Amino acid sequence: MKLTNTLLASTALTFAAGMASAEAHMADEMTIVSWGGAYSNSQQKAYSEPYAEKTGVNIINDESSAEAVAKLRAMNEAGNISWDVVDVTAADSFRLCDEGLAMEIDFDEQLKAGDDGSTPTDDFGDTLINDCFIPQIVFSTTFGYRTDLVGDTPPTSVCDIFDTEAYPGKRSLEKRPIGNMEWALLCDGVAKDEIYDVLETEEGQEQALAKLDTIKDSVVWWSAGADTPQLLADGEVVMGSTYNGRLFSVIEEQDQDVAMLWDGQMFDLDGWIIPAGLSDERKARALDYVKFATDTQRLADQAAYISYGPARASSAPLVGQHAELGIEMAPHMPTDPANATNVFVFNYEFWADYRDDIDAKFQAWLVQ
Amino acid sequence: MSDIKDATTADTAPTPDDALRMADAAEKKGPVLAADGRPLKQSLNRALRLQKLRALALVAPLLIFVLVTFIAPIADMLFRSVENEIVSETLPKTTAALEDWDAEGDTIPDEAVFEALYDDMFFAQEAKLHSRLGSRLNYEQTGVSSLFRKTGRSVEDMGEVFQDQFEDLDDFWKTGENWTSFMASDEWLADIQAWDADSGDRQPRFELRDGIDDILPATAESYTRFANYVRTEDEDNVYTEDPWAVIYSSFYDDLTRADAAAIAAYSGPAAEQIKSAATAATGFETIDYSEAFLDIDEDWHSIDVWRTIKIYSPKFTNGYFLNAIDMQKSIDGPELRPENERIYGILFWRTMVMSITITLSCILLGYPVAWILANLPARNANLLLILVLLPFWTSLLVRTSAWKVMLQQQGVINDTLVWLGLVATDDRLVLINNQTGTIIAMTHILLPFMILPMYSVMQTIQPTYLRAAKSLGATNWTAFWRVYFPQSIPGIGAGSILVFILAIGYYITPEIVGGTSGTFISNRIAYHISSSLNWGLGAALGAILLAAVLLLYYAYDKIVGIDNVKLG
Repeated sequence: MKLTNTLLASTALTFAAGMASAEAHMADEMTIVSWGGAYSNSQQKAYSEPYAEKTGVNIINDESSAEAVAKLRAMNEAGNISWDVVDVTAADSFRLCDEGLAMEIDFDEQLKAGDDGSTPTDDFGDTLINDCFIPQIVFSTTFGYRTDLVGDTPPTSVCDIFDTEAYPGKRSLEKRPIGNMEWALLCDGVAKDEIYDVLETEEGQEQALAKLDTIKDSVVWWSAGADTPQLLADGEVVMGSTYNGRLFSVIEEQDQDVAMLWDGQMFDLDGWIIPAGLSDERKARALDYVKFATDTQRLADQAAYISYGPARASSAPLVGQHAELGIEMAPHMPTDPANATNVFVFNYEFWADYRDDIDAKFQAWLVQ
Repeated sequence: MSDIKDATTADTAPTPDDALRMADAAEKKGPVLAADGRPLKQSLNRALRLQKLRALALVAPLLIFVLVTFIAPIADMLFRSVENEIVSETLPKTTAALEDWDAEGDTIPDEAVFEALYDDMFFAQEAKLHSRLGSRLNYEQTGVSSLFRKTGRSVEDMGEVFQDQFEDLDDFWKTGENWTSFMASDEWLADIQAWDADSGDRQPRFELRDGIDDILPATAESYTRFANYVRTEDEDNVYTEDPWAVIYSSFYDDLTRADAAAIAAYSGPAAEQIKSAATAATGFETIDYSEAFLDIDEDWHSIDVWRTIKIYSPKFTNGYFLNAIDMQKSIDGPELRPENERIYGILFWRTMVMSITITLSCILLGYPVAWILANLPARNANLLLILVLLPFWTSLLVRTSAWKVMLQQQGVINDTLVWLGLVATDDRLVLINNQTGTIIAMTHILLPFMILPMYSVMQTIQPTYLRAAKSLGATNWTAFWRVYFPQSIPGIGAGSILVFILAIGYYITPEIVGGTSGTFISNRIAYHISSSLNWGLGAALGAILLAAVLLLYYAYDKIVGIDNVKLG
């Protein structure tokens, strides 16, 4: 009897100790880096707050995603990585993964299966673009226009950007070649599937810049995503490109006289990476968070706060209504079939190679 | 002696240094001796030494702080503008093999270089360094980035042909234990077997067996690289880790190229296996590295890629500096970039011209304000001073954004002008997203830096001088221009230096209100540091900017004299 008791007690003790050490394996504080604004807000509502409630972890929010690659590289050189989970664009994830600054993920092992039973690899599908990037949303860079400043025939095609006669006034474009070069070539008569072949050549680059030159005097160049919504609201520009979520907020939340022009939108992805070189405890915590934040329900939840499409196929049917406005979110998603009739998909490979070269020419063209 | 004053004739209070100077002057007439017979100068110096040390100890915390947090990081950053070790560190064998290659000819490198490239790329992709090098070289040659990434993915399979053949020949070649039995020294083998991975001790450092590098030189080199990598990066046990494909290809090379006698004479561990492998290896299927790389990507047979690697092989490069002045390195030496890529010359020039414009407008606007401040009764002056300082308490971004609201075409100023009928509504002034916007916003932001030094200098100018001038018959203008203005110049000098140096480094404000024609060189530096990650080019641009400032400072010192600058 005594022996049994001792045995039972020691088993219980071992078990308790095992539990305790499993808990202790995860850090109780983590730093999550994102873009700030409405986007960070949607992530905090949909992922971080439920996660903190569930686990009691203390989450610190940082808004440095715009300089994520530079800062991670500097942290890596200094040997002191202070971030646990970082929200980056697909293009940045390529650079981080290439440089070994981001941890490689075994998607099927380390992420949750879809609610419909599909494996993570199937569920995320094409949005898995490299070994480090855990996709979260599909967003697009597209155009919005002032309904009251474009006359009786609102623009229907992305090429109306280049038509200063039909749509006089300023337009805002991002101060970088990506996107603008593609639109310029498309509107200069290059077939859509040949655009990158043309853009590889000197002549093609010149052709695109020549097309942009036709509207150079009417362009206000932006570098922050909030610029175009502001310029539209002030009536400084009649049309301009920005992220579709920003336009959604101008149109639906602030009720401005602005409408979406989905034609020619440029699809891009945003997602998480976990920096390489974290301690085991912090790595376990980061993986646990990411696993939670990218499950089917959580990705669908985020769409209640911002109009970006969930990266999982299984989340799409769960997308419901806006948390405050109560409107259906599906028609505002860039991936909605009605909106996605003519889209570009950001060509990461091409821009990884040509970014430095074309950017030099683009900037030289800008200052001249 | 006339320029030396002692305490009785000096117009300032005596200092210990005066005694030194007196002694110094007196020395010309023969040394003055102190009471103990030593020269006075020497014993004074000794007495002062302790005082000087104490003074140094007092400033030491700040001095160390400045050195550690300011000078050292800047020096480190500037060093990146010439540092280029990444190429020769990632591709050590290839860069060595390329030394004999004639870059000016029109043939691509030979098979030996491609073989070296295979070895280097294999280790680089294991360490994930190849794509980092790819992005480095992509700054110079478009397309190298994806070339390296693509090659990294395929290079692992390239040498497997040898691994398969050795393993088919004898199971002995399959495991790490068998390899270490003849590659490693006996001491190391004893150490590693005694080493307990869970104990927390470091794994013993790999040691080659004596003489093995004479018989199998390439294998020895590859194996050492492999062992070091496994030990430090993977943190696996070198003893049991099965070798990578690259070791088999080195082994094949050794067996087929080394002189047969040496292998025949070898009698260490695994001698039998090595000898039978040497016999079999002559009949092995082999690969043509040059062709294999061509299969991965045809760019490997492009002479431009090889020229780029060769040009950037040295540990240090002036390439970043050449890029920073719109030039590039080529096989015939530095040359100007094509016209459609030149940008930095324009930006440097623009930064200088606009900073000078901003400094001048600050002087024009600040001088009257400082004058009023200095001549008002203290109570009113303080109130005005608070107004001058007010912008300091507001965030820079808020102030800049406020200028946006003011200056834009649908903004406050244009609306007012239209309402007054001075400007037609379809012909509104363009005040922002150009140089005008940058000059207006930056003049406003930097104005306090001009007013404050001017104010503190003007406060010290005696009003009696002006009255005296007028009583002697000077007109208002003459009294100001001949008497007051010259005394206020040190304030203008100090303010100008402050404003100018702050202005040429600004980037937030030009970025927001400058559009394309009102941006500065700092905007490109920021772009290269945080976006394109071309830190070397960013550092080179920064170094040039720093040199320009120092040069202007020197010129200022020569022309105006830095002693004429007063901050208060």
